[in-house]
Amino acid sequence: MLDVRGLSISFGGLKAVDEVSLAVPKGAIVGLIGPNGAGKSTLFGLVSGFLRPQQGSVHFLGQDITALAPHHICRIGMTRTFQIVQPFGAQTVRENIAVGAHLRRASRSEALDHAEKIATQVGLSSQLDKLALNLTVAGRKRLELARALATDPALLLLDEVLAGLNPQEITEVIPVIRQIRDAGVTVLMIEHVMQAVMNLAESVYVLSNGRLIAQGTPGEITANPEVIEAYLGHGTAARLRKAAGGQHA
Amino acid sequence: MKELAGILLFCALVALAPQFISSGVTLNLIIMTLYAALLGQAWNILGGFGGQFSFGHAVFFGSGAYAMAVLQVKFGWNAWAALAAALACGAAVGAFIGALSFRYGLKGSYFALVTLAFAEVFRILSNTFTFTGAGVGMMLPLKESTADLQFADKTGYLYLILAFVLAGLLVTWWLKRSRYGAWLQAVRDNEDSAAALGVNVFRVKLGAIMISGALMAAGGAFYVQLFHYIDPHIAYGPAVSVEALLGPIIGGMGTLWGPLLGAAVLHGMGELTRALMGDVPGVNLIAYGVVLILMVTFLPRGIIGLFHRKTKDAPRA
Amino acid sequence: MLELSILFPSVLNGLTTGAVYALIALGLTLIYGVLHIINFAHGAALMVALYGVYFLQQRAGIDPYVALPIMVPAMFAFGYALQRFVIGRASHGKDENILLVTLGISIILENLALYAFKSDTRSIDTAYTLTTVNLAGALISLPKVVAFGGALATAAVLLLVLGKTDLGRAIRACAKERQGARLVGIDVDHVFAMSFGIGLACLGAAACFLLPAYYVNPTVGNGFVLIAFTIVVLGGMGSFTGALVGGLLIGVVESVGGLWLGESLGQIGIFLIFIAVLLFRPQGLFGARS
Repeated sequence: MLDVRGLSISFGGLKAVDEVSLAVPKGAIVGLIGPNGAGKSTLFGLVSGFLRPQQGSVHFLGQDITALAPHHICRIGMTRTFQIVQPFGAQTVRENIAVGAHLRRASRSEALDHAEKIATQVGLSSQLDKLALNLTVAGRKRLELARALATDPALLLLDEVLAGLNPQEITEVIPVIRQIRDAGVTVLMIEHVMQAVMNLAESVYVLSNGRLIAQGTPGEITANPEVIEAYLGHGTAARLRKAAGGQHA
Repeated sequence: MKELAGILLFCALVALAPQFISSGVTLNLIIMTLYAALLGQAWNILGGFGGQFSFGHAVFFGSGAYAMAVLQVKFGWNAWAALAAALACGAAVGAFIGALSFRYGLKGSYFALVTLAFAEVFRILSNTFTFTGAGVGMMLPLKESTADLQFADKTGYLYLILAFVLAGLLVTWWLKRSRYGAWLQAVRDNEDSAAALGVNVFRVKLGAIMISGALMAAGGAFYVQLFHYIDPHIAYGPAVSVEALLGPIIGGMGTLWGPLLGAAVLHGMGELTRALMGDVPGVNLIAYGVVLILMVTFLPRGIIGLFHRKTKDAPRA
Repeated sequence: MLELSILFPSVLNGLTTGAVYALIALGLTLIYGVLHIINFAHGAALMVALYGVYFLQQRAGIDPYVALPIMVPAMFAFGYALQRFVIGRASHGKDENILLVTLGISIILENLALYAFKSDTRSIDTAYTLTTVNLAGALISLPKVVAFGGALATAAVLLLVLGKTDLGRAIRACAKERQGARLVGIDVDHVFAMSFGIGLACLGAAACFLLPAYYVNPTVGNGFVLIAFTIVVLGGMGSFTGALVGGLLIGVVESVGGLWLGESLGQIGIFLIFIAVLLFRPQGLFGARS
């Protein structure tokens, strides 16, 4: 469904994304992880049209979308969320979601109805008439998800949709994401919350310093020494192995 | 539906006013208040609903006014045809300025500055060319007939301005409950999020500035028909630009009744200062400036903001 | 094309006007660079300063140049108070609000002047108003030459203050990183007010240099506002070099433009440059890309 080939971009002298290639098959939940500053959100920006890559291409549903504008890409069927949530503060939850719904619905009443349905799906139905700026962090994250969902996307790009949620809230959102996929939406998610990644993702890409350093199932990449080093520092993998080896001796 | 009924009721009341009010002075006050409201409604579409603050809205006003004057005086056009052309002119100027500004991503203060610059450019141009009467301006010959959009009786002008204000109210009402309006307000509240949700930000902004320009041009056209005169300073000077933004800010930006409420408050204040201090130039404007600062400090959502705190109908600040 | 004998004086005149423009723009760019405020009241404040110089001469017989040590501190105090007690309080930090507040201040100032002084245009006559200086064949009026020198000298003083004094360092710190400045103990509100004060003090100096060769009425500020903005944007928001270079450039453009297109149309060149810069190079000549 999504085919990213050799995407690169530099800011100043810094290569923020360095020849990254990944593929998201239809109907999958794919994870994108990596330490802070690895370039994950930048990659999202490149894929969704907010940034123009200096090298590489993005193909979506067989179409080359590399140079397209964000709203155009959204219309084709890819919608992204933002890591730092940006709600339409002075509007209500219902109105916020309706903006997304309006992509495929011209009628106001249809859009508002669809907004209600989506709100129920993500668990916001009790807050439909609240102003977005009065929501808690968890509420805003759900709103971000709901708005994107309301555009009836084929591919959903979720940027740390679980960040800032407490464990209880996380366990509530995980099934929601799974249901979204089961309803036919493919998902590519940036996540730091390992619990979610392990639970949801079928395949995971690991980014570090702008480069792809590993790819595989959740089980595979958590055992991957390079991944461990990227998160925990140079030499950690060996030390962990030694410690594990000592224990089993 | 309730709001639509409110709009129609309001217009019916104003239309009936001449039956009960015989004082020319009062009628005049109503006309000028509605005129100020029209300017405010035009600004409100781009500023209140679209979030793009223009400090040079006179550029549209003057274009409509001069279109009206030039077409009638220099080309002998019928007043109604000239009016249609004036509206188109306003929209065209809007398209021009909008296409340039939004294409290059001008926002916030930079956009406010560029509108100011355009107004000034137009002022200089109209001041230079004899085609527009240069510094002397243009006078509209007196021809009191409806065909010429001039009225011997004030009530004619009342109905004319009311018609424009009604149009403004209906456009605003439509913005509050249409897809386009939802997109426009989304762009106002967060451009990136809007784009990520499929909104063509450029086209939406362009549409808003064109509608706003056309409505503002209607104000300019009305001015010419009422006062039979236009010159570069009146057409493109800062006074009109300021008048356009004061009403919505005081009444409540991004609301249906804000511009009307604001215009009423401003004119009420104007009458008060006149009563207290006589017809001294500049006094009511001092009051306006003070009120502007007070509103921004204490009531950024305008007077209507006082009534709509955290409810469903909260206005867009 | 244009003969050098006509062009040369025009350019020189443009430079002298440009120097005063530069001084006005310096204040504006300082205010923007530090407070990120686009001060719409800048023109009205200049008008106030011009009236100050006017009345000092008319009522107290103080020559405009001698009035410098009075006007500069007075405008500084005015600016300090404005920022500390009005603008700072009113804007809640939001960009659009600041625009509106400074707009409100300019409306108030302009109409207070209209109320107090009526709309008459006034100018002063001094012993040297009509004196001219011969510069390589071009006859330039003395007040303008003094304005040129004075404006550049004031700019130099300003740059010294900002570069070498503690206050200057504090100002630059607040401009770069507000929160960080607070954390190291800088009273940011005070520094902001000082910066605004300095910005208006520049106007006090500019007024002293301007009035002998110019005039004052309540709306004179409007004309200067846009020109000042043009210079600041052309030079680059927050750049002093930009304000200086931009000021001189715009002065020359206006002068030569007036030569070419006539008094009325001449100014259009300035605003077309303004629009072009805003569209195609908003960071100006010396500014940083935001």
